[in-house]
Amino acid sequence: MVQVSLAHFLVVGALLFSFGMVTVATRRNAVGVLMGVELILNGANVNFVAFNHYVVGGVSGQVFALFVIVLAAAEAAVGLAIVLAIFQTFKTIDVRFADLMRE
Amino acid sequence: MEHAIVEHAPALEHAARELGRIAVTHVSWLWLIPVFPAVGAFVNAVIGWKLQKVLGKRAVHYIAVGAMIASFVTACVAFARLLQLPAEQRFLQDTLWNLLTAGRLSVNLGFALDPLSMTMVLIITGIGALIHVFSIGYMADEPSYWRFFSYLNLFVFAMLLLVMGDNFAMMFFGWEGVGLASYLLIAFWYTDPEKAAAGMKAFVVNRFGDFGFLAGLLLLFWGLGGAWAPDQGALPDYRPVPALNAVAGAVTAEQADALAPRVEEIKLGPTMNFRELRDQIVVEKTGVAEHLAHQEIWGVSLLALIGMLLFVGAMGKSAQIPLYVWLPDAMAGPTPVSALIHAATMVTAGVYMVARLNFVYALSPSAMGWVALIGALTALFAASIGFFQYDIKKVLAYSTVSQLGFMFIGVGVGAYWAGTYHLLTHAFFKATLFLGSGSVILGCHHEQDMRKMGGLARYMPITRWTYLLACMAIAGFPWMNGFYSKDEILWKAFTSGHLALFGTPTPWLGPVIYAIGIVAATGTAFYMYRSYYMTFTGEYRGGAGHHDEHNEDPHSATATAMSHTSVLVHASDGAVHADGSDLGHGAPAHGAHGHVPAAAAHAVPDDAHAGGHGHGATPHESPWTITFVLATLALGSFVTLFLGIPKAWSGVEPVLERWLSPALSAEVSFVEKPHELELLFQAIGVGIAFVGWFAARALFKDARSEVPTRFRERFSALWTLVYNKYYVDELYAAVILRPTIGIARLASRFDGTVIDGLVNLAGAIGRFLGWIDAKIDQYVVDGAVNAVASATIGFGRAIRHVQTGRIQTYLYGALGGALVVVLLNFLIS
Repeated sequence: MVQVSLAHFLVVGALLFSFGMVTVATRRNAVGVLMGVELILNGANVNFVAFNHYVVGGVSGQVFALFVIVLAAAEAAVGLAIVLAIFQTFKTIDVRFADLMRE
Repeated sequence: MEHAIVEHAPALEHAARELGRIAVTHVSWLWLIPVFPAVGAFVNAVIGWKLQKVLGKRAVHYIAVGAMIASFVTACVAFARLLQLPAEQRFLQDTLWNLLTAGRLSVNLGFALDPLSMTMVLIITGIGALIHVFSIGYMADEPSYWRFFSYLNLFVFAMLLLVMGDNFAMMFFGWEGVGLASYLLIAFWYTDPEKAAAGMKAFVVNRFGDFGFLAGLLLLFWGLGGAWAPDQGALPDYRPVPALNAVAGAVTAEQADALAPRVEEIKLGPTMNFRELRDQIVVEKTGVAEHLAHQEIWGVSLLALIGMLLFVGAMGKSAQIPLYVWLPDAMAGPTPVSALIHAATMVTAGVYMVARLNFVYALSPSAMGWVALIGALTALFAASIGFFQYDIKKVLAYSTVSQLGFMFIGVGVGAYWAGTYHLLTHAFFKATLFLGSGSVILGCHHEQDMRKMGGLARYMPITRWTYLLACMAIAGFPWMNGFYSKDEILWKAFTSGHLALFGTPTPWLGPVIYAIGIVAATGTAFYMYRSYYMTFTGEYRGGAGHHDEHNEDPHSATATAMSHTSVLVHASDGAVHADGSDLGHGAPAHGAHGHVPAAAAHAVPDDAHAGGHGHGATPHESPWTITFVLATLALGSFVTLFLGIPKAWSGVEPVLERWLSPALSAEVSFVEKPHELELLFQAIGVGIAFVGWFAARALFKDARSEVPTRFRERFSALWTLVYNKYYVDELYAAVILRPTIGIARLASRFDGTVIDGLVNLAGAIGRFLGWIDAKIDQYVVDGAVNAVASATIGFGRAIRHVQTGRIQTYLYGALGGALVVVLLNFLIS
């Protein structure tokens, strides 16, 4: 039997982060981008929990993870509001067209 | 006003002729004499036209004549002041201020009156005032009346500067000033090109003379100071000091004065001042005269050269061979101008100068011989031209040239007082003659051709008698003044044994000059009586259709211009004077209405003539302003004879000689001849006057004699030669004018090709360099600037694509950056 160790968790966290990053970087759909952000945050959560369990002990890591989940919920709300505003402005939620920052 | 006598002559009373310094009396009002006419000239020049318009012509001539009278009165006061002084101390000096000081040279604005300049001033202001009065009548119809009087006053001002200036600078200023006034007045009717050209001719010919004058003046200045060498001719008292040559630091008159070395208080060295010059040359102790006499330039005696060059100046101003050609042409000016400037005063400036510098001329027999010889030749030459002239003013012009020749004989042989006396007598009788001719011209409606006159004695009695008296004076009858001056001159010429030519003593020159003079005097009597008989006797030949002969006149251009008006005017023969008024006629006025058909002009007399007088064929006597002046001058021609009663008659020296002797200090020795011989010569003088008179009377009285016509036919070649003035003008045109113009053309061509070529080449090179510079600027400098700009633009354009505005692109950047950091982290550690 393979003993589940910290390394495994860290690999899962890293994968989640990478997938999230790739999603954010490549998705054209603004909602997809927001979903990618969620993946990144959750990759970080895995790390918090794993380090808390294997290295530090106590509950501070778990609490941090909970904060991140709450923060992610708030972020999703703001992000979706921005997506709505983008839609109203550009009649689309494709992020390629939201390039007004170039001006 | 007057701050009395200051300086004294050193007490040297042993010599027969006192040869010390001149004692000077300082007065402070001499400047008034020239200033009056200057003010008159200025006022009339500036506001004259307005005065004439608003107040009438009267205002203009009141100013001008008033200035002249004021000047004359002041001159009389000065004369009285001079008479109060002891004879040898008659010298009034009025120094106003210092004009310039440079090293040893110091020139003051100063006036001086000694007997010589006093005589001149009295002639100028006295006769000048009379001629101003004459002009009132003569120029009455002249539209630019004010201009005429302004010029006339200007002339008198300049002439007074010439004779009153106490130094060469002032004299030269006046010398040029009278030249200017002469030019302005000859070309007074400048719309006529012929007259304008005559003015220019006078001016240009005088330039030649002025060149000689200046050269002589500078040589004299140089000789006095430049070439002193130790022990060369100078007396032991006098050691030349470096200061004499020095230009060392004098900036004020006092400093310059202090630099001058002195012998017995006489300033030595170069000077412009006549009195200082006279003192240092005349006083033997200074050694200056001796020194000058020993100097030579290129083997020619310096003094002879100075004398000859100064005389070249006199040749120009006083119309002597070869520079006399301008004077006959100067007759284009109004007649009062001819009388005042070209007979009485300006043309005698040369005589005055020679008399003024008598002490310089007396040192050089060569210069004297030269002056006398030229004078004699001119006297004869001009008299012969006078024989055949028809224009009355031309006759008088050549007569003037001839008489000036006599004056130069006088001053040339050393009889300075006689030359000056002839100047004075000539001023009177020639002014009478000229003004008489003016009166005749006026009476005949601007006709100057004597062939169209005749019989005027009936119409113009006063003019006729005064003219006759003046003729007697110039011909040399003992009851008029001309005899005394001319005879004295010729006698002195005969007895002068000291003359020389080019350094060779020529004792025979005096008698030769006498012989020439006698012949010239005979001619003078002849042509003057000829003009008298042609003008005043016989039948009046004026009237219609008389212009046909003008084509052969050498002065045809002037004459044609005249006849053009006169034909139109005289065409209406028999028309009477509208009111017999005696207003004068100015030529421009004629020109103005000459083009109106004559009948119309006379039908409406008030139309063209504001004065309301018409023209008839009958000559008329002139207004009183003219006849009064004529009578006064004729009287003067008589009265002045008492100034020159010869010693042979009275036993005492003539009044004028005694009066002038302090100013004419040069001692010239004449050969002693017995009294009887002098009386004989005087008889010859009167005899030749009679010869001339009778010849003219036989040939020209009442125009009856056929001889002149036959003579003309028989000797037509000779006649034409003399009539055309020996073709001297043509000769000058060929010898001087054409080469000069040729040289001018050559120079112009040289200028046009070489000089302009060089200038253009320089221009082209400059342009080429500029072109290169422009290209460098355009391509290199601008290129660099543009390159920087476009590089910046290109770079910006290139990297602007980085900023897409898309979050994801930026994210790539961030990721890439993070990756790099991570990789570097691995690589470095």
